[in-house]
Amino acid sequence: MSRYSAFSLLRGALTGQRHWQPAWRDPEPKSHYDIIIIGGGGHGLATAYYLAKVHGLKNIAVLEKGWIGGGNTGRNTTIVRSNYRLEPLHNLFEFGLKLWHGLSDELNYNVMFSPRGAMFLGHSDADMVKLAERGDAMRCDGIDADLLTRDQVAKLEPLLDMSRDARFPIQGGLIQRRGGTARHDAVAWGYARGADSLGVDIIQKCEVTGFVRDGDAVVGVETTRGRIGAGRVGICVAGNSGHVAGLAGLKLPIESQTLQAMVTEGVKPMINSVIMSQSLHCYISQSDKGGVVFGGDPDNWPSYAQRGHPMVMEGAVAQGLALVPALSRLRMVRTWSGVTDMSFDGAPIIGETPVRNLFLNGGWCYGGFKATPASGYTYAHTLATGKPHALNAPFSLDRFERGATIDETGSGPMPNSR
Amino acid sequence: MMRIPCPHCGPRAQSEFIYERTVDSVVPLNAPPEEAMTKLFTRNNPRGVDDEVWRHTYGCRAWMIVTRHRVTNEISGCRAIGPEALP
Ligand SMILES: [Zn+2]
Repeated sequence: MSRYSAFSLLRGALTGQRHWQPAWRDPEPKSHYDIIIIGGGGHGLATAYYLAKVHGLKNIAVLEKGWIGGGNTGRNTTIVRSNYRLEPLHNLFEFGLKLWHGLSDELNYNVMFSPRGAMFLGHSDADMVKLAERGDAMRCDGIDADLLTRDQVAKLEPLLDMSRDARFPIQGGLIQRRGGTARHDAVAWGYARGADSLGVDIIQKCEVTGFVRDGDAVVGVETTRGRIGAGRVGICVAGNSGHVAGLAGLKLPIESQTLQAMVTEGVKPMINSVIMSQSLHCYISQSDKGGVVFGGDPDNWPSYAQRGHPMVMEGAVAQGLALVPALSRLRMVRTWSGVTDMSFDGAPIIGETPVRNLFLNGGWCYGGFKATPASGYTYAHTLATGKPHALNAPFSLDRFERGATIDETGSGPMPNSR
Repeated sequence: MMRIPCPHCGPRAQSEFIYERTVDSVVPLNAPPEEAMTKLFTRNNPRGVDDEVWRHTYGCRAWMIVTRHRVTNEISGCRAIGPEALP
């Protein structure tokens, strides 16, 4: 693999840029791999990359039913942050945020990570107390968080409706300045290129249709491109976890739901940070291309359809317009939706399953994109050693029956919590 | 948006309904702990047809079981539950 650099671009300029090579191979599947990862999204590709890079394993395949990065990696709002209240969550996401800050260098691929600040809005006294508490919890673990006054919020985002009779009055905010956005496709492509150059086989258009069992263990997978043997198999298909785990006879604490997002036409810079409101469930940011990206609640019923319902979209738009009235002048050019694994405590699931040699990484709810590096790094540890990583140990599948849920919303151990 | 054929009111817009849970997660009052755990915290979640409990909240307020395909949204059945469904 040739390194990308300013010099290679300049050299290419002299030869009409004819030096470009495919960034990864298109290999035929082998008959056996030490580790098979099901799912070629950001998480699966990152897992393969760290398995090869950190653990020195070479005989690895990533199986993808469509094309890499074509699922939820390409269907999110690209927000990156680690501002969670509970320790297991903010420690996992903070580990990831640190990786994000060096990711373009690590991969020699520009993932366009832009730490422009991720800000929660507070709309009431109660909101401000909650934000202060969250910020304190983060700072106790060395994670940056600054409580903002109403004036500070207004200065940072002049287009917010700060009037006293606004539909959602703004009292202040909590900002994580190291948070921001990144380019979704580049994350998948960068990890794919890195993993491929370390010997990982990335096999696209290869859907897993079943598991090969030997007693209580999984020893391979049936795919649309034939049977492939494996020492260990890692499911990494968030959105479709219920379906794929179902092929192994597992019933998960997950319900699949559709989450929509949308983008306006490109305009000059108007949104400086990532604006979020958890009281409303609304998030707004502006892409480097100028489009204002925003999203809202999931469609609150089970669905594997990668398309959403207009009535939910209407709700998201109404919230966005109430917060930033200037958005009403923009045309919406594109909407999309991803299938998300909604787990029952709102936290991901990473670790062993009751089936030997079969591992699970899923349940990412709305929060998978930002976790890509941390998810891959810790899942690689689990797949390589067969044991939990210190950061993913709290997210084991059996935490529900043990009553050890990780309940960020503080609503108690309720099924259907989301 | 889907159109849900309420057994009492006929076909109505989905915005009048609220999804509650799947039928496989309804816990019988006399369920032993293990069964209750499984039903509370796990779902079949098929990428296909499943039975779901919906409520016509902004209509007749009755509960019903909707049989729906999770990818196409095709509704192949909707039947009443509760005392009014008794013969
Ligand atoms: Zn009705």
